[in-house]
Amino acid sequence: MASITMKDLVKAYGDVEVLHHVEGEIEDGELIVIVGPSGCGKSTLLRMVAGLETITSGEISIGDKVVNNLEPADRDIAMVFQNYALYPHMSVRENMAYGLKIRKISKDEIDQRVREAADILEIGQYLDRKPRQLSGGQRQRVAMGRAIVRNPQVFLFDEPLSNLDAKLRVQMRLEIRKLQQRLGVTSIYVTHDQVEAMTLGDRLMVLNGGYVEQFGTPIELYDRPATLFVAGFIGSPSMNFLPATATNGLLTLGNGASVTGANHANGAITLGIRPEHLVHDENGPIKISVQMFEQLGANTLMHGVLDGTDNDIVASMPGHVTAGEGSVMSFSVEASNLHVFDATSGKRIEE
Amino acid sequence: MLKRVHFPTSLLPYLLVAPQVIITLVFFVWPASQAVYQSFLIEDAFGISTEFVWFENFSYLASDEQYLGTFGRTIFFSVCVAVLSMSAALLLAGFADRIVRGATTYRTLLIWPYAVAPVLAGALWVFMFNPTLGIFPYILEFVGIDWNHYLNGSHAMMLVIFAAAWKQIAYNFLFYLAAMQSIPRSLIEAAAIDGAGPVRRFWDHIFPLVSPTTFFLLVINAVYAFFDTFGIIHAVTQGGPANATTILVYKVYNDGFVGLDLGGSAAQSVILMVLVIAMTVVQFRYVERKVEY
Ligand SMILES: Nc1ncnc2c1ncn2[C@@H]1O[C@H](COP(=O)(O)OP(=O)(O)OP(=O)(O)O)[C@@H](O)[C@H]1O
Ligand SMILES: [Mg+2]
Repeated sequence: MASITMKDLVKAYGDVEVLHHVEGEIEDGELIVIVGPSGCGKSTLLRMVAGLETITSGEISIGDKVVNNLEPADRDIAMVFQNYALYPHMSVRENMAYGLKIRKISKDEIDQRVREAADILEIGQYLDRKPRQLSGGQRQRVAMGRAIVRNPQVFLFDEPLSNLDAKLRVQMRLEIRKLQQRLGVTSIYVTHDQVEAMTLGDRLMVLNGGYVEQFGTPIELYDRPATLFVAGFIGSPSMNFLPATATNGLLTLGNGASVTGANHANGAITLGIRPEHLVHDENGPIKISVQMFEQLGANTLMHGVLDGTDNDIVASMPGHVTAGEGSVMSFSVEASNLHVFDATSGKRIEE
Repeated sequence: MLKRVHFPTSLLPYLLVAPQVIITLVFFVWPASQAVYQSFLIEDAFGISTEFVWFENFSYLASDEQYLGTFGRTIFFSVCVAVLSMSAALLLAGFADRIVRGATTYRTLLIWPYAVAPVLAGALWVFMFNPTLGIFPYILEFVGIDWNHYLNGSHAMMLVIFAAAWKQIAYNFLFYLAAMQSIPRSLIEAAAIDGAGPVRRFWDHIFPLVSPTTFFLLVINAVYAFFDTFGIIHAVTQGGPANATTILVYKVYNDGFVGLDLGGSAAQSVILMVLVIAMTVVQFRYVERKVEY
């Protein structure tokens, strides 16, 4: 078991810098999720930890050993790839035993460890099959099995569930979480799915365009997003953003209405309100002209614009709501649920 | 009911395939049938009288020590050429697959030998290994080898094997490289993380995964060594010394056009024809069905 430290990490391909000064400290036994949109550098960062990409500058340490110049084999890590990368010409058993065989572990011990891992993952009856004779979910388990038999210090996952169907994904997500907690192995998990990130991670590192936007627990990210990007990325449906002007605890919206709260801000700001925090209230200050309802069963999403402006707004209302489209509905928000961001930099204005 | 599409009958389709059909008839079917017909004849040395003898030419070949010796020699030659050129190509492709910078240049250079005509390739090797003028005999002399492929049968055999293998490396290289590049990168990376070094990765993963290509190339190289090496042998040794490098296809030429035993030569070429058909069948039957892994 080990902690992982990333210090001032930079990755450049030629002149193009794709990761900019990434900092991060991962504690022993933690599961960190790196999340961000496609192309933001998640895989690159993970592969740098694995030793599959060179480090342009900065430092990565695993435990208290700087691993910058160590081969992947010498870093004591295991990785689960998006396409599983199972060896197609070897049976499931051979796939799982391969890393142990190279490390010259005795045959009896290999057999025992493969058995144990197969039992944990419930793939015992497939041990003599070839990967192509397995379903996607079973292959995924074999890939996990190959990682856990080695008993490494660190697990790395690169979107391991993205090839599975939605139901299996939820199930495997829980299993990965349980497995990781049971084994207590420090893990880094890459995904672009924010739900997966929220449910799985002890902490989330939100990457955008090669920059770390925020690094914190899921609740921190939800309650106090550090930037507009994080605010929009975390939570579903995503946060509403409205331009507003702040003066002494009063936020004036585009249509002249004003909301009380945020007395720490002044001047032009972007106001963020989560759809689930908009409360239907006849006397509420936020008037929305309704365009469309989406019925989700347990709740209803109301799509509209801030009355008198063209700022799109989504509100999530409990139960079934079917007011007429084209009507105007009023909402209020508790002051503690208002997020205030600097209009130019997009950074959260702290209290 | 589905209506069948009818095209108006016209001469055009027949005209369009005619060139191909004519070429096949003139250059393949006609000579092949002539060879079969000839193989049933015995002609006297002056070409004055011919006699129809059914399978006498074949039964003579079956008991001819020299012919059987040539058969064995051809197999030895083919195995050596195939193994040598395929292993060299595999090695080169293994390296080419790893490099990133300058890969195109490297590949282009490796493909060049394939464009050299067999006779020119042969001539090249003749010059390099000429016992009195060549650079290699000069070098070999320092390690105490007195190279002379004009007198020494083994030297001559080695020389034609090298020349023939060298020429085929480029072809094998292309196929091996394509096969290696279709192996997913992540698979090799997974092996690296599992602790396998480059050599181990090659033998444990790359080599088994390119085995369908190996099988395909084995057939292609056997066909090449059996039939397409005539030019090289003709340029380098003319089948000598003392028939040490006479392989089947060269013997057909030698017996027919030099020895003027047209019937015997035709019988030999019929046997070769059967062989090439057999190899083609093997290739189609088994190569399509991918080698099991
Ligand atoms: N070999 C390379 N040469 C140049 N640029 C590269 C190379 N590999 C990746 N990049 C660039 O680096 C950036 C980050 O790529 P990366 O694969 O890490 O993205 P990602 O966050 O994993 O995206 P995804 O969610 O789509 O997998 C991308 O903009 C990509 O174009
Ligand atoms: Mg990726």
